[in-house]
Amino acid sequence: MTRIPISALLGLLFTAAFFLAAILAPWLSPYGMAEVVGDVWEPMSPTHWLGTDSIGRDLLSRMIWGGRVTIFVAVCATLIAFLTGVVLGFLAAVAGGWVDQALSRLVDLMMSIPALIFALVILSVMPTTLPILIMVMGLIESTRVFRLSRAVAIDIEVMDYVEAARLRGEGNLWIITREILPNALSPLVAEAGLRFIFMVLFISTLSFLGLGVQPPLADWGGIVKENKDGIVYGIPAALLPAVAIATLAISVNLVADWILNRTSSLKGGRG
Amino acid sequence: MNAGSLLGLVAQRIALGLVLLLAASALIFAGTQILPGDVAQSILGQSATPQALANLRAELGLDQPALTRYFSWLAGALQGDLGNALSNGQDIATSMSHRLGNTLFLAGTAAIIAVPLALILGLVSVRYQGRWPDKVISGVTLATVSVPEFMLGYIAMFLLAVQFQVFPSVSTIYDGMSLGEQLQAIALPALVMVLVVLGHMMRMTRAAILNVMQSAYIETAELKGLRRFTIISRHALPNAIAPIVNVVMLNLAYLVVGVVVVEVVFVYPGMGQYLVDHVSKRDVPVVQACGLVFAAVYIGMNMIADIVALLANPRLRHPK
Repeated sequence: MTRIPISALLGLLFTAAFFLAAILAPWLSPYGMAEVVGDVWEPMSPTHWLGTDSIGRDLLSRMIWGGRVTIFVAVCATLIAFLTGVVLGFLAAVAGGWVDQALSRLVDLMMSIPALIFALVILSVMPTTLPILIMVMGLIESTRVFRLSRAVAIDIEVMDYVEAARLRGEGNLWIITREILPNALSPLVAEAGLRFIFMVLFISTLSFLGLGVQPPLADWGGIVKENKDGIVYGIPAALLPAVAIATLAISVNLVADWILNRTSSLKGGRG
Repeated sequence: MNAGSLLGLVAQRIALGLVLLLAASALIFAGTQILPGDVAQSILGQSATPQALANLRAELGLDQPALTRYFSWLAGALQGDLGNALSNGQDIATSMSHRLGNTLFLAGTAAIIAVPLALILGLVSVRYQGRWPDKVISGVTLATVSVPEFMLGYIAMFLLAVQFQVFPSVSTIYDGMSLGEQLQAIALPALVMVLVVLGHMMRMTRAAILNVMQSAYIETAELKGLRRFTIISRHALPNAIAPIVNVVMLNLAYLVVGVVVVEVVFVYPGMGQYLVDHVSKRDVPVVQACGLVFAAVYIGMNMIADIVALLANPRLRHPK
């Protein structure tokens, strides 16, 4: 913990900047989110730092508000994925037997259908509102979290201190919250970073396909969808969200890498 | 080696795949049924007249219990009858077969380029481990996996179709085009899909070979004075082949999903475009059919990956 490598520091810095921009969007953005303030696809200028979009809204403001929606949805979906995935994963590892079998086979089944396809199938009959998007994404991704947390918990469950706790008569709840959780925290935190990025990509993809966040609300995938026609005329507005997503993804990855490396060197390789 | 037991294991894996597919079909069907409310209502919206609702319910067979509908749908699908689209009344299997061919053509082209390229790049980066070629390859592949497919698509379109005008920006494809013209048309989407899967495959190849490079027999080969590239390609690669094949198959399976988005970007007349169009039209029978086909391809690829791993690694044949 004494020295943070430069790469992780940069990652932390950029991640913090993105989250701050998301939280402070109402104060940071120079114009309103849905306010038409100029001509169609104006170039970058001192009044509109990133130019304007397909119907003349300020692109910088759209990007900041879009980041707020994107990050908010991704954070909520990650939380749901972790709450369900970790609780069920630990339960499967501790309870074993038919509980483990039933949960694991159900997860196998859900993972046998690609996440995007499964989401599309469900969204074809569901209304696309933010809470439903968050639930669908969170529950589909919880399968991946379940796999990891079950694997980590099974490793820990055979440790002597867990057996000691069992012998002195502690119940499953104690074992899960007091013995397994603290020891499984590092790989789970690193995984949370990666899952968060995956959620950002997931919601951007859904919005780009027109099945995610609905207008007039903006998110990064939606900004690409609105401005994609400009590409053919050489207007790069649709590429801006790519820069934002890639920067955020790489920063969070750098932080997650550092957390994983730090823990594996401290605890002799468990990751 | 007992050939009978190997055959048995393979047969077992195929049977498991079929069971999984059956269960997946039930899950896809259930995903469009177990809803808070009525499917007909959510398709037509709040302003629908009671008459239109009743008609749609009858057409979807909603007056029958879900289980009956599932089995008649499944029986139809097994015979190649996927029902009719709600939006235009056309037979789904007919309109799908053509698009499935297009999608497989695109995904196949991408796979033929991506797999050898990933292996070569993996070998090169192990050969120059820690030096600049390794770092450049790692950096570029990290960047390509951090950007979603559709973004890569538009970046490629912006650079190669608009700024330099090497390739067409829209991949129109129709009967009667020569193979050369078809390849020209799909160059950009194929490039994007190669970039999407290349990073992961190359990284896993590198990791798998590096893992083997720590074995004692590699040290022996080094002490014998073999050239480093010979050691990697002749001694390390064959022993790393099982994990590599696994990753390759998983990425090919992933291509089938990535194709959905890439097709929308380049307006390519394939399965992905078909699926996305009909999700927004809330055309449930088409969505179910597409979901089933995608799941079948995905499960099939994963099954092949397991079988190849089984054949390549004798240790897996004797589970402890």
